[in-house]
Amino acid sequence: MFLPNNPLVVLSLIVFLPAAGALAICLLPRGRTEMAKLSAFCVTVAVFLLTVWLAIPGTSNAESMRFAMGTGRMQHVFSVDWIPSFNIYYLLGVDGISLPLVVLTSFLSMLAMAASLKIDLHVKAYCVLFLLLETGMLGVFMALDFFLFYVFWEVMLLPMYFLIGVWGGPRREYAAIKFFLFTLVGSVLMLIAVLMLYFASDLRTLDTRQLVACHVREDALWQGKTVPGATAGSSGSAENTVGQANRGIRAIVLSDQPLHTFNIMALAEMGQLRRSPFDAKLLWGKSIQWWAFLLLLIGFLVKVPAVPIHTWLPDAHVEAPTPISMILAGVLLKMGGYGILRICYPICPDAAYELAWFVCGVGTLSMVYGAFAAMAQKDFKRLVAYSSVSHMGYVVLGLGVWSITAGNLMSTDYWNLGMNGAMFQMIAHGISSAGMFFLVGVVYDRVHHRDLDRFGGLFAKMPVYSGISMGIFFAALGLPGLCGFIGEVLVVLSVWKYSMVLAVVAASVVILTAGYILWTIQRVYLGPEYKGPHGEALTRMTPREIAIAAPLLALAIILGVYPRALLDYTEPSVKHTVTSLATWMEDVKLPRLQAAVAAEDGKQP
Amino acid sequence: MNFFEIVENTLRDTLGPSLTAFRPEMAVCATIVALLLTRMLAPRWKSSPFWLTVVGAAAALWFAAPWHYLSGETSERAATIFTGMLVFDTFSVYMRSLLFVFLVFFAVLVRVTGVPEREDLTEFFVLVLGAALGMCLMLSANHMLVVFLGIEMASVPSYVMAGMIRHRRASSEAALKYAVYGAATAGVMLYGISLLVGVLGSAHLPTMGTQLADMLAGGHFADRTMVLVLGGLMVMVGLAFKLSAVPFHFWLPDVFEGATAEVAAFLSIASKAAAMGLLVRLVIAFGYAPDATQLAALAPARQYMAMLIGTLAAVTCTFGNLAAYGQTNMKRLLGYSTIAHAGYMMMPVAAMAMLMGGEPAAARSAVSAVAFYVAVYLFMNLGAFAVVALVRNAAGSEEIDAYAGLIYRSTGVAVCFSIILFSLVGLPPLAGFAAKFVAFASVYDAGMLALLAVGLLNTVLSLFYYLRVVKVMVFDTAEDASGAMAMATSAGLYLLIVTAPLVVWGIWWNGLYAWAKAASAALS
Repeated sequence: MFLPNNPLVVLSLIVFLPAAGALAICLLPRGRTEMAKLSAFCVTVAVFLLTVWLAIPGTSNAESMRFAMGTGRMQHVFSVDWIPSFNIYYLLGVDGISLPLVVLTSFLSMLAMAASLKIDLHVKAYCVLFLLLETGMLGVFMALDFFLFYVFWEVMLLPMYFLIGVWGGPRREYAAIKFFLFTLVGSVLMLIAVLMLYFASDLRTLDTRQLVACHVREDALWQGKTVPGATAGSSGSAENTVGQANRGIRAIVLSDQPLHTFNIMALAEMGQLRRSPFDAKLLWGKSIQWWAFLLLLIGFLVKVPAVPIHTWLPDAHVEAPTPISMILAGVLLKMGGYGILRICYPICPDAAYELAWFVCGVGTLSMVYGAFAAMAQKDFKRLVAYSSVSHMGYVVLGLGVWSITAGNLMSTDYWNLGMNGAMFQMIAHGISSAGMFFLVGVVYDRVHHRDLDRFGGLFAKMPVYSGISMGIFFAALGLPGLCGFIGEVLVVLSVWKYSMVLAVVAASVVILTAGYILWTIQRVYLGPEYKGPHGEALTRMTPREIAIAAPLLALAIILGVYPRALLDYTEPSVKHTVTSLATWMEDVKLPRLQAAVAAEDGKQP
Repeated sequence: MNFFEIVENTLRDTLGPSLTAFRPEMAVCATIVALLLTRMLAPRWKSSPFWLTVVGAAAALWFAAPWHYLSGETSERAATIFTGMLVFDTFSVYMRSLLFVFLVFFAVLVRVTGVPEREDLTEFFVLVLGAALGMCLMLSANHMLVVFLGIEMASVPSYVMAGMIRHRRASSEAALKYAVYGAATAGVMLYGISLLVGVLGSAHLPTMGTQLADMLAGGHFADRTMVLVLGGLMVMVGLAFKLSAVPFHFWLPDVFEGATAEVAAFLSIASKAAAMGLLVRLVIAFGYAPDATQLAALAPARQYMAMLIGTLAAVTCTFGNLAAYGQTNMKRLLGYSTIAHAGYMMMPVAAMAMLMGGEPAAARSAVSAVAFYVAVYLFMNLGAFAVVALVRNAAGSEEIDAYAGLIYRSTGVAVCFSIILFSLVGLPPLAGFAAKFVAFASVYDAGMLALLAVGLLNTVLSLFYYLRVVKVMVFDTAEDASGAMAMATSAGLYLLIVTAPLVVWGIWWNGLYAWAKAASAALS
């Protein structure tokens, strides 16, 4: 297969192919609805193939596009001028944390588009919005420039609003505006944090090695100043990156003003410095990074969503059409977790350490509350929605656990465990929740209601459907051998050393989960016969529906039986993140804490 | 120096650098004369006013030559012309260029929508150009006399334009309200100017600044504090009227409702841009001095202006957004949205006042934020009012209900209007976001966290009423479902051209921002 070996081309193609498809569909003549659907589907398939090609090392001929498995570094990074007058660059890249999410996004987009083939209202607009949504989602996972990240984050808002508001259920307008409002509040808070970090950042605090590692652009370093000796080297062909950065360093020494940046990697390096520029006090005795962490965290937790800012989710899910629910649960919720992992923790470690109890508390609260709420639901889709709240709680808990101080040992094992568990749980939940929403949609299409009390006996009428359903529901339950198990176990194990109480609570949620899922299976699939309305419509699953549900079930089994397939990608990058945070802990935070303790002791006598 | 030497020098200055820099304004003057003459000499040529105005405005833009002055290659510092009455710098080049661009678009809009009636077209364009001339003076004012002259020259034609539709009560009412309110605030402003000039002993803005600095540094200030504060407040009243800042905004919704959508567009864009430019000039005049000790001495003045403008901005923004909720008339809604946006635009000005003392580079980026915002705002409001005019022509109503189901009746217009509205909210990837982003960045940089919080809160608040219009257009269905809306191709094309910058600048705003940066380069 011939594909360009330039990361700029490949990654841009992945992100913007859907947008280009949307533009092309706009230009289709009026009335060609089937063609619009088909081309939208083809675009999603193409994007999926591209991401798979990117992810699996063996498929690539080009050496430069081969994804290196063992390393936790950012790969395929490139930086192009976008808005240099505001230090904003078009900076994309992937690593073991983002790549699985990128593949998940393209995979679920493809399945959701396949599930959308039944849509017959304003088809062209639907396809255009859907593809724009996909561009936004993929962009979020690949962007390494904070401004770019924010733009992609917001780009998803509008398509989602319209997709819920136009194609949704009876209370769609309410659900759409609620979704919009919650997310906008979250992103406005995030914008404040973006500004805080930008204006506090200073590239002069980093050394050459770090600047090179962070892919800081050379011209960002001199910002219009002419540097002696700079022009001489740029024409030479044998220059290497270190050489370029060396000239950059000279510019930094010359620069008398702080050099701000949006580069997420550089911001992370600065956040982990001994004398971090983010440690300055901002308001009420708290540092810049404390505030930034809090604002970012709230912004991301809205998306996760965590209790008590989760209320948009059940409404949005219930009203959204099935494919959009799949995307919403499968991909959009993951952005919150991804943001916490990629941005909050590396950039603001000090605040993360201080607020670890808060993050863990919110995570556990979501798990428990979501499970109880799910148990109380009468509406099938609402139940699945609340199960998402509960399951995403595991992600927050796994990320939040700051387990390095476990005992008196400096050990990163538990920490690795927790973050890997959170990563695994994100992917697993993406698969199982998308599957569950699709399966609810299948039966809703037939009987036009979702009242759990009026189901029962589906097994007799739809055996294949019920079989697949049970597989997916058991995956969500966390049955060993299916994908949900691994993530939950890793998270719960990691919590043990941090706080036994939390670990016990987290483990007991598994029982609650089993409770509502088994009860659901009993009420919907088991029982003698179906007594609800439209019983005659309960026909077997169509091949198209099987083709959508079966891959999800297959993945749930594969990841459950052979979790290494995913962990091989995530582990090195998670380890990279954890190791750098642990180093920071050891070198910076512990001495600081010890000094504080010593000062306290000094005061005592 | 005897009399003849003075005349000689003045003549040389006037004919040399001054008139060269004044060529855009001369082009506008020439267009006015040509308009009136053509009306007399060739009365049969019905479309002459339109063509003459377009050519005149384009010529003015050509003479203003932003591509020459803002490209970054020329490093011309500020120059005063006409013996210090006007200042010619990149900021005035940028702002006046925007004004001329707007004039071209505005003339085309009037042509496309066909309002006002044909017989009035000459008078209408003469008034428009006359007001534009006043705005040019506002943008390059370097003397209190020119400030007042410019404001009045811009205002008086606007009063007439508001009442342009004869035999319509609402229109006449709007004109009368506007005129009375304008006259009252102009009187207050004139009083304020006389107080300031009286205390500081000059009407030349830079001289006033240095006088103020000396006075503050010398300490013999206490007895005149009251007069200075009062004078500043009164000048601000006049500006607040032009900016439609709360509490001097009452005229705006009524005038917008009574006047045609086209005139409302003119008032909300050109007039606001000019007032914003003038505000920047005055803040710089009273807050900045090239000498370091004088600069330090001006700190209380900067503090005062930052507080005053910041408070006004916060109140204006919040009030505009809250008041927009209950509106059922589209022009009133856009009127309140205009008020809110005046608030957003004033925020970086307050930040600039705060930053001018210690961080000149950050203060310059605050000015570029204002300049950038004005450019984006031009296209947002122009597009919005163009849609109002087009829907009025097609559906005969300016109520929000008339927009129900617009997406099914006229898809293109609804999509463009949605883009414009979301840009007004400030959602990426539209230009409105970039504008708000740079504005808020300056506010944060100045350490005005409360103001930033107000601005961001308002962004969330504003979502509701803009979204309500989108909801009506997209989710609701019209009662009569009167089929496709008749819309001329030229109208659609016009809307497309006006909306395109919002998307293009939203994604790639480097070029415009670089110009805005160049515009602020010569200041302080």
